[in-house]
Amino acid sequence: MTDPNHFVQIRHAQKSFGSLEVLKDISLNVARGQIVAIIGPSGSGKSTLLRAINDLDALTGGEVWLDGVQVNKSLPHRQYEKHINEMRQQIGMVFQHFNLFPHMTARDNVTMAPKLLKGLTNEEADALAKEQLEKVGMLDRIDYYPSQLSGGQKQRVAIARALAMKPKLMLFDEATSALDPELVDEVNLVMKKLAEEHMTMIIVTHEMDFAAAVCDRVLFMDRGVVVEEGPPEVIFRNPEKDRTKEFLRKHLAGAK
Amino acid sequence: MDFDLMLRVYPFFIEAAGTTILLSVLTAILGLTCGALGAAARLSRLVVFRFLGAAYVSVFRGTPALIQLFILYFGGPQIGIQLDAFEAGVIGLGINAGAYMTETIRGAIISIDKGQREAARTLGLSQFQGFYKVILPQAARLMVRPLGVNLNMLIKATALVAAISVIELTYTAQRYIGSTYKPFEMFLLAGILYMIIIYATGRGVAWLDRKVQIN
Repeated sequence: MTDPNHFVQIRHAQKSFGSLEVLKDISLNVARGQIVAIIGPSGSGKSTLLRAINDLDALTGGEVWLDGVQVNKSLPHRQYEKHINEMRQQIGMVFQHFNLFPHMTARDNVTMAPKLLKGLTNEEADALAKEQLEKVGMLDRIDYYPSQLSGGQKQRVAIARALAMKPKLMLFDEATSALDPELVDEVNLVMKKLAEEHMTMIIVTHEMDFAAAVCDRVLFMDRGVVVEEGPPEVIFRNPEKDRTKEFLRKHLAGAK
Repeated sequence: MDFDLMLRVYPFFIEAAGTTILLSVLTAILGLTCGALGAAARLSRLVVFRFLGAAYVSVFRGTPALIQLFILYFGGPQIGIQLDAFEAGVIGLGINAGAYMTETIRGAIISIDKGQREAARTLGLSQFQGFYKVILPQAARLMVRPLGVNLNMLIKATALVAAISVIELTYTAQRYIGSTYKPFEMFLLAGILYMIIIYATGRGVAWLDRKVQIN
């Protein structure tokens, strides 16, 4: 078995778009069950880093490992496709704009991938849909289409969809940024519940309160580097670096 | 206006309208097939296919359909392609319509938000699975109306095959003018029948469009 302290490993991640370097040699280890928040100004590279973990945005250098397996292995195209699809089944992702499938009900959004990829029967899929939608408090909307749901409800269904693949790791890319303020809490509550179940999570967020309350570790990124990292008490109350202090001052002043 | 004449000859026009409908249906099927292949080529990962797709669209949209029909029907035998008029009509119009449909289909596919593809890939679906489970069902709904416009144009374009002597509605009108010297009545009759076909098709498209919309 692999080292639980190195459940997720990012080794010397580097990414450039032409001459623009958006990630500069970032390394990060996440232990099994740990919850890590990535904060930082827009354009700092935090979303790019998150999207590199499941290879949605390929790195130009460096490695990503999950549970002892390299995610971004170099393989011939066909083999790589097969490999990355298997890896992605183990990595759930939640997007800022939900990206629910509008032509499917909540039930079908949740069950489509497990049925297709894991060969679940209709009965098994139905039980799975109920279980996952129950977990996010959306069971009463199981046959609703996304267009009939509020933003917070859509995001909860999107979380259920990701969880239905039974991932080892969940990635949240500003999951509450597109929501009206009064809808943020219902999504945060679901994420807290996942935290209590010791789901390993990496969360890109603008919500400092949530990060402080839920996360084990906070990374502050700016201009493609991790400026500072540590437990939330330290990063939010006692940051060392000036850039962190400045960011938090602006951000907290803006938020309050 | 000679209503008696119109009443006397209209059964022959109805029969000719049948040919126009058959021609339209076959052309539409071939057009959709070419359109789907063309769109697949235009969206391919491989530059060769993208180039071929783009070339197909610009050649067949960039020249008159009538010239394409003439090349196929009159010029074909010279390079060993022997087709009767009806076959040449279907193939010529079908390939022509396919060029327009290529752009319709491609347009619908690329208008689907890229977040949909990302969500599908993130769940572990392959490119192909993501396409047919997530992208295509949404794009297909968007295609119905613009393909309906293509179909409308295609039905009207079938009149062109009169020029290569396919005995359809327009050709029939011309033939009866030869014996009756009543172009107003004959073309009016043909026009009315075209309009009925196109109106019915339009209603069909609208019905289909309502039926496939989500909710």
